[in-house]
Amino acid sequence: MSAHLTVVKRQPRRAKLWRIGLYVFLTAMALLWLVPVGGAIYASLRPYGETQKLGLFSLPKSFTIQNYKDAWTEGGMSRAFGNTMFIVIPSLILILAFSSAMAFAVSRFSWRFNVTLLLIFTAGNLLPAQVIFQPLFQMFKAMPWPDFLSDTNTGDLLGTKIAVIIIHVAFQTGFCTFVLSNYMKTIPKELGEAAMVDGASVVRQFFQIIMPLCRPALAALATLEFTWLYNDFFWGVVLLNQGAERPITSSIANLGGQFFLNDNLIAAASMIIAVPTLAVYLALQRHFISGLTLGASKG
Amino acid sequence: MSEGYEFSPNPRDVGFKIVSRRTLLASAAGLVGAGLLAACGDDKKAATTDTAASGGTTASGGTTASGGTTAPAATTAAAGSTAPAAGGDAVTVGVYEATGKNKDAFVAGLDATGVPYTGNFVDHNSFQDNITAYLQQPDDVFTWFSGYRMRFFADKGLTGDISDVWNDLPDFSESFKAASTGNDGKQYLVPTSYYPWAVHYRKSLFADKGYTIPTNKAELLALAQKMKDDGLVPFAYANDGKWPVQGTFDILNLRLNGYQFHVDLLAGKEDWTGPEVKNVFTTWSELLPFHQENPNGRTWQEAATALENKEAGMFFLGTFVSSNSTDPAYLDDLDFFNYPEFDSAIGATAIDAPIDGYLMAASPKNADGAKALLTGIGSAKYIDAYLAVNPSSVPANTKADTSAFNKIQTKSAELVGSAKFVSQFLDRDTSPDFVSNVIGDAFANFHADPTQIDSILADIEAQKSTYLS
Amino acid sequence: MSTEVTTAPRKGRRRRYSQLSRRDKIALGLFVGVPTAVHIMFVWVPAISTVLLSFTKWDGLKLGTWKLIGFKNYWAVFTVFDGKFFPAFFNNIILLVFLSVCSAIGVLFAYLLDKNIRGSPIYQSIYYMPVVLSLAVVGFIWKGVMWSPRQGLFNVILGRTAQGDQIDWVGNAEKIFTFHIPGLDAPLGLSKNFAALLIAIAWRHIGYVMVLYLAGLKSVDPSLREAAAIDGCNEWQAFRRVVFPVMKPINVVVFVITVIEALRAFDIIFALKKPPGTQVLGILVRDNLVGEGGGQVGLGSTYGVVLLLLCLVFIIWYLVNNYRENEA
Repeated sequence: MSAHLTVVKRQPRRAKLWRIGLYVFLTAMALLWLVPVGGAIYASLRPYGETQKLGLFSLPKSFTIQNYKDAWTEGGMSRAFGNTMFIVIPSLILILAFSSAMAFAVSRFSWRFNVTLLLIFTAGNLLPAQVIFQPLFQMFKAMPWPDFLSDTNTGDLLGTKIAVIIIHVAFQTGFCTFVLSNYMKTIPKELGEAAMVDGASVVRQFFQIIMPLCRPALAALATLEFTWLYNDFFWGVVLLNQGAERPITSSIANLGGQFFLNDNLIAAASMIIAVPTLAVYLALQRHFISGLTLGASKG
Repeated sequence: MSEGYEFSPNPRDVGFKIVSRRTLLASAAGLVGAGLLAACGDDKKAATTDTAASGGTTASGGTTASGGTTAPAATTAAAGSTAPAAGGDAVTVGVYEATGKNKDAFVAGLDATGVPYTGNFVDHNSFQDNITAYLQQPDDVFTWFSGYRMRFFADKGLTGDISDVWNDLPDFSESFKAASTGNDGKQYLVPTSYYPWAVHYRKSLFADKGYTIPTNKAELLALAQKMKDDGLVPFAYANDGKWPVQGTFDILNLRLNGYQFHVDLLAGKEDWTGPEVKNVFTTWSELLPFHQENPNGRTWQEAATALENKEAGMFFLGTFVSSNSTDPAYLDDLDFFNYPEFDSAIGATAIDAPIDGYLMAASPKNADGAKALLTGIGSAKYIDAYLAVNPSSVPANTKADTSAFNKIQTKSAELVGSAKFVSQFLDRDTSPDFVSNVIGDAFANFHADPTQIDSILADIEAQKSTYLS
Repeated sequence: MSTEVTTAPRKGRRRRYSQLSRRDKIALGLFVGVPTAVHIMFVWVPAISTVLLSFTKWDGLKLGTWKLIGFKNYWAVFTVFDGKFFPAFFNNIILLVFLSVCSAIGVLFAYLLDKNIRGSPIYQSIYYMPVVLSLAVVGFIWKGVMWSPRQGLFNVILGRTAQGDQIDWVGNAEKIFTFHIPGLDAPLGLSKNFAALLIAIAWRHIGYVMVLYLAGLKSVDPSLREAAAIDGCNEWQAFRRVVFPVMKPINVVVFVITVIEALRAFDIIFALKKPPGTQVLGILVRDNLVGEGGGQVGLGSTYGVVLLLLCLVFIIWYLVNNYRENEA
């Protein structure tokens, strides 16, 4: 906007050049940004035998999608995808449910500990995960968990995907509460008050008035949290010691193999792993930016 | 990720066959490594007659389409029928391999025991890295190593006493029993196989250039200089993951200061700032110009490629070095020799030859099953089936079938058999957290700046007491 | 339904808790209570336990086997382990400086993309893409594809793939510059491989900041900038005097993210297998707590507490800043 206006008012020619320069710069940067992933895709499409002799970035003699097939089966990726979804989907639902309830209560009603609670939540989210690992590990071990609710038969929470879900929920609720409470503060108070006067309960106010208005923010958070939860490779490995339970991010390690180093195969696995987060981001991109906008700056 | 481990690996994938039988005698050795006795015997004795019941094998590590699993399993299943004969809870087994031939070998071996089991296959690096967490909730039986690395957990009561299993394991030499024994005199490990560290070279290169195998330091230096003059890098060299150069430290310390000093140093009884260790590092600096530069960022696979391409003349590594290549001509050309003597008073009689095996959980869910499985693992059936899929190491069991040994296996057994002292490997002979938090970085820093020996050694000595007490 | 609701509160003020019906109170209690309980239980209880554990010697294997040793771990971190702690801490500081520069670049990208760019969503997606990739993937892409000495793209482009001529991007811990701090044995400095690693970190961080800032810019009233343009401000002046001040809430967010990411950096270095010269505090914590051998829970917790305190300083600054404004 402003650029255009500036343009019209003063030396249009210089401004036009400036604008061309801007596109050139942004495009050059974008190309630079794509190099690493482009390189990985190139590597993933070439047969191992060929690159082993000539190097990954030699001129290609042939292309193949065999690496993708092999990565999928050898890396056990279908099972690992299932594991990831088993962890990510319940976590995501719980995180959004907890944080919208929490944000609703602290942003629309005054209580004594409002700010304290928000402080604790936000600070908690910013703690380094490694710092809390050891005590958390012992806690999960001490918590009984019936075997029929887990596939690990250990009698406690440790080693179950439930434990991973719990820690994700505990950690990420802080961040989402923070964003959502900022967002909810932008919704006019009168909306809720009118409902209250009409006799609507707090619960109804939450579900029928506030939540529908929060959709953009929820979409943005869902995008962001999906990426984070999907990509986690710390909790999914330290808390799950059964190989068959681990999430998709650990399948690269499986393929890393002990002695046989097949970069092309791992490149293919990397690309497969990247697809869901990229797809979710691209699908929700518009909501993503707009959801962040309101939550983050109109506080 | 290129490869993801930070610890010394196990040998896999050597890959071709020659027939040779030999009786090898090993002399007994010191408290830690213990000499290894690998006597041959081709009467393959079946310890138990149960048929294999592989029904319990879950395709873990996610291998749903177990494409690789079926073929080798079929090979080994020839020994027994595959009719399921299960009953009771399957024994759970944790294995530090998740994919491909490495995993298939374990499956073949475990199937051959005939004891029903459920496998938990985890990639090698994360299995080792998370072993402490794993031991709080282990499978009934799991793969692990001999040495301090086993005794450490035994002392903490984290692994089960299997002395009674050893009553049913007649096929092991006393030295293997010693290597499976904890500080309390009880047995904790069932050993399966081992592999030595040695200087690998290409026979054709040595023949072409008229090189001869060095037997002492002077000859080694002369050879290295000659290779350099010929435009070769004398030693291929790598340290990605921070463990490969530990082998070089081990061998220099063994050659210069002897086995007993080496063991004592790693047990924390000797001083890292003393003249002996200083000597190792000055010798090491003296040899560094004959090694590939900048090892810290190079994987050993890349270094092995330099050996294969005749860019490097020699490579000091475990015999798993060959597993990086699939070229039969190269594998046939590959040979190794024992690291030469540096001090005639000490000789060249000590080597690193790590032993792999299985431990039992401290309180397994199915103790009887676990012990039955361990007995099976200790039989020749297990290791024969294992090596049929992955003939890269040497069996610990004296009744194992040696008729199918390949050249490297035969030579490995000879080398270890002739060694007077056998150590495991640095990261198996001392506290693992000392290695991963102190030694790994210290050695890497030494390679980044070899002039800093004194401050690096002072740091190791100062930090030692935190980890070894 | 709720009959107890009395007079509507004055405009703009929030409802007092006491004015609510019992049912509403229970509902709100649950709304707040359940998430809070979960969060405190699984984040703050372990965090505080870590502080307690930093005063013990413990191998992390059996509960109750810890031994109280007072401040010995803290003493050790600053004396025996000074050769580990300070280089790691210095790397964190380098990261902080570097990430600040990256954040500025991210802000620049956002500002440029906010100029009615045709195809803006495409540029955004490309710059943001590294952020959505798993660190496991990013680690492989850089180490295996970009930095491999024998066949990596960097060495291929530079023509340095020949034996003996290869550049060791990931492993070369030689220092680019060093300086001595009195009282420390070893000099501090920037390792070559850490500098290389910063490229990969920048690749991720810039896109992250760009998206956050872009989101903020979208909410800036366009008339403000039009006014600035009419007043004859040039681009820089318009940004500096008009946009930047309006963006204060986002500026604070970006600042905190930069600091926190610099302090708790861990993932990408871990994914590259912790090459020498690239240690940061997060790696020291992890290695002592999680690695093989039972770990040194006391020592690891002590590193953790130091890291925690550093983070908390910024977290508190940020929160005070944020909520003071909100409540005002």
